[in-house]
Amino acid sequence: MEKELEKIEDQIRKSLADSIRKSFTDSHFGDVMVVGGGVSGVQASLDLATAGFKVYLVDKAPAIGGHMAQLDKTFPTNDCSI
Amino acid sequence: MKYPDQFNQEISKNKAVHIYFAQAIPLITYIDESCLYLKEKKCRICEGVCKNQAIDLNQTAEKVEVNVGAIILSPGLEPFDPKVRDEYRYGKFENVVTSMDYERLMCATGPYEGEILRASDKRHPHKIAWIQCVGSRQVIPGGNSYCSSVCCTYTQKQVILTKEHDAEAECTIFHNDIRSYGKDFERFFQRTERLPGIRFIRSYTSIVKEDPKSKNVTIRYSIPEDGVKEEEFDMVVLSVGLNPPADVKDLAKRFGIELNHHDYCKVNPVNPMETTRPGIFVSGAFQGPTDIPESVFTASGAGSQCAQLLDYRRGKLAKERIYPPERDVSEEEPRIGVFVCHCGANIGRVVNVPDTVEYCKTLPNVVYAQEQLFSCATNCAKEITDMTKEKGLNRVIVAACSPRTLEPLFRDTVREAGLNQYYYDMANIREQCSWVHSKEKEEATGKAKDIIRMSVARACLLEPLQEINLPVNKAALVVGGGIAGMTCALSIASQGHEVYLVEKEKNLGGTARRIHTTLEGLDVQAYLSDLVRKVNQNPSIHVYTDATITGAAGYVGNFVTTVKSDRGVTEIRHGAAVIAVGADVYKPAEYLYGEDDRVMTHLELEEQINKGDEKVVHAESLVMIQCVGCRNEDRNYCSRICCYESIKNALKLKEINPKMDIYILFRDMRTYGFSEDYYRKAADKEVKFIRYEPQDKPEVKVGESDDGRPVLKVTATDYILGNRLEIDADIICLAAAVIPSAGSKEVSQLFKVTLGPDGFFQEAHVKLRPVEFGADGVYLCGTAHYPKLISEAIEQAYGAAGRVLTLLSHDTVIASGSVCEVDEKKCMGCGQCVAVCTYSAIEFRETKQGKKAVVIPVLCKGDGLCNSKCPTGAIRLKHFTDEELLAQIDAAAEDE
Repeated sequence: MEKELEKIEDQIRKSLADSIRKSFTDSHFGDVMVVGGGVSGVQASLDLATAGFKVYLVDKAPAIGGHMAQLDKTFPTNDCSI
Repeated sequence: MKYPDQFNQEISKNKAVHIYFAQAIPLITYIDESCLYLKEKKCRICEGVCKNQAIDLNQTAEKVEVNVGAIILSPGLEPFDPKVRDEYRYGKFENVVTSMDYERLMCATGPYEGEILRASDKRHPHKIAWIQCVGSRQVIPGGNSYCSSVCCTYTQKQVILTKEHDAEAECTIFHNDIRSYGKDFERFFQRTERLPGIRFIRSYTSIVKEDPKSKNVTIRYSIPEDGVKEEEFDMVVLSVGLNPPADVKDLAKRFGIELNHHDYCKVNPVNPMETTRPGIFVSGAFQGPTDIPESVFTASGAGSQCAQLLDYRRGKLAKERIYPPERDVSEEEPRIGVFVCHCGANIGRVVNVPDTVEYCKTLPNVVYAQEQLFSCATNCAKEITDMTKEKGLNRVIVAACSPRTLEPLFRDTVREAGLNQYYYDMANIREQCSWVHSKEKEEATGKAKDIIRMSVARACLLEPLQEINLPVNKAALVVGGGIAGMTCALSIASQGHEVYLVEKEKNLGGTARRIHTTLEGLDVQAYLSDLVRKVNQNPSIHVYTDATITGAAGYVGNFVTTVKSDRGVTEIRHGAAVIAVGADVYKPAEYLYGEDDRVMTHLELEEQINKGDEKVVHAESLVMIQCVGCRNEDRNYCSRICCYESIKNALKLKEINPKMDIYILFRDMRTYGFSEDYYRKAADKEVKFIRYEPQDKPEVKVGESDDGRPVLKVTATDYILGNRLEIDADIICLAAAVIPSAGSKEVSQLFKVTLGPDGFFQEAHVKLRPVEFGADGVYLCGTAHYPKLISEAIEQAYGAAGRVLTLLSHDTVIASGSVCEVDEKKCMGCGQCVAVCTYSAIEFRETKQGKKAVVIPVLCKGDGLCNSKCPTGAIRLKHFTDEELLAQIDAAAEDE
């Protein structure tokens, strides 16, 4: 009985190690996923990447920038939004 | 075949195959759902004409599995759709547009290249009305009960920009409270209000009719003087509020997070970046209606919290960016390339760009010139890199906008081409030319040529410079032990860094020690003592109480700060500093404060309520007066939190003693965001709101009520009823202003950071760098920046921690190569440069020839003060040398 258990344990450990190894070698392994590429998502991604993390930034639109990219200028400095 | 362009709010049309917008990242052509082939299996013309066979109409969605350790949700917002309510006539009356439509109309890259035109006749509207609170502050089907927080100020921006398009335009804003609660917003409002032809009218409105011929729109409104009126406008802009993202329910389900009753993300009140699911964080407008700066620092804050979880993985997956080796061009003749940017229509509409390009080609040493639609767009930046390599350019000039925003990008572009980045120069033909000479096109073109010619003259003399790699000390110093300072310290410490927390008082806690609850019902004292405990127990946080900072020297990555505290005098070495010194409360000199103990501030009232003081909780009548000590000449800003604070106290008192008569005398109620619901609740509980004007303030006198009770008599004008009111008050509560902390000035001098016009610390960029200073390595959070609520201070504290980590996670930091150097032979040791340098970047060194000035390059900010003072011309500022600047000036005087 005990031996059986050990065997199972061993298998679990092995498959766990396998899956961990697999996920590490998988190219789609990252640190953080940021959902939405408006000004907030872009800032979060930049910060994390600068601080040493691999980030996946996902957006539903064909380009990042969100609603801010649509704005003409921003208050109160009236700088360009892009 | 063309379809409505979504990026331009469907005002203009575009083909099914197109790029999203000219500066899009990534800049890739794509096919949208309007494609005939995708809809009806027809057409396929694009496939045939594409020479690179880049179009694959059979492409299907690909499912990619990504493994990550944390998630940040930043799905943003959806502008309110006024079509849900017929009365706005949006989509029915041609000249009724939303504020988002109007942004595109104004924009140089918009549907009419920056011409504001009416849909009905493509003519410029002259008389424009804005209707505020469309979809906000409404308890009606389809509307939102909350305040959208940003519309008052974006409307003012639109008015200012409209006047720039057409100085004669007449603009009318129909509103109900102007909520200028943000930093510098009050001044922005005043700037708008003072423009000629602007009317702010406090009234509800209805859009009544459209003239069948002119397509003008009539609005009905009412003002106390004239009653109900009708007025015709050429165009009506609906200032639409913010909604949660359209697919929010699905998003919440997918990520397993909860939403609040407004369908925004449900967050932890003491950590608004935390969702209901561990490991998933939120930033930006999904937390609640919010402006850009908050979206930016909550992003940094959410990032910092991901990093807290994943610190052990830092640097394992990230890759360093590698630039090609630098080409040595010092022996070559200058070969200059000039790239002239249209900036959409921003420059191109005024300056004749093709003509300017031709002119550039005639200038000495210019071997290449071309025009670009947007030099900053990814394709154009790549073009600059490619052409630099192809044509063997060794100097690059981009004639576009201000170096302030885009110089780093173009320097990077040049580096990509293997050129030293200091061989790049920027000619500003937008801010300094097309924007200021929009009416004089020919002269503007001449001036653009002058500016470029000057830049070319300077570029010939540019030298390659090396930047300096500095080591980074991994510790941080946090100045101020209130909620913001402690939160920031904890976040930094939990990412493996030593933190020195310096507090001037004997105890940690700051102003929060006097606050007992929040509107949302948080027990502040319980939260605070828990926070203090966490700080004290954290082995990486070193707390110095009863402390004063006596000296601060050094520079980014390498500061040395001297602290005198109950532990004696300590010299602290640290790589980053966070200023979180908090704020103070104004001590009123008005309304009998300090003379009669029945008059108190809102904070004092809160303390009395908490103590259960009989006089307060059993008062028959209590009057609150808003805007005491601010929104006036001395303090021209709104203290942001006082409306919230007064509503909170009023509701608490009504809970204890429902019979109490409570009056709030206000100028504008500024319960922005979700606090609006509490304002409504207070009104429902019969708290009476009476508006007053600043030139007709309420008056307070000691007196007696009709039944002989000693009271304070408050008189004010009621603008709705049009008469004088007299209220008998047992207690008067003054919403006293939040003022800069007494020590602000000293701290700003020590750390060489600036204070704004109101005495609060001035961030590097109000929108994009809200927690940083111009001085590298120094960060900002909490009420030292501007008055803010506890939740907002926490957000900013995490945000500052996130930014600190972008510095401390590196072993080195780069300092600019544009610094001063002293020619020892010419230096006579007079010391004028040493005295004038604000950064203490110059010191004396003994040499055989006597005392000589030496510049410490890492401290030098290249401001050039010293070299203009130097009587012998011994100091030279690299990248801005006399020779370079004189060549530029000489070129200005040359004729074309």
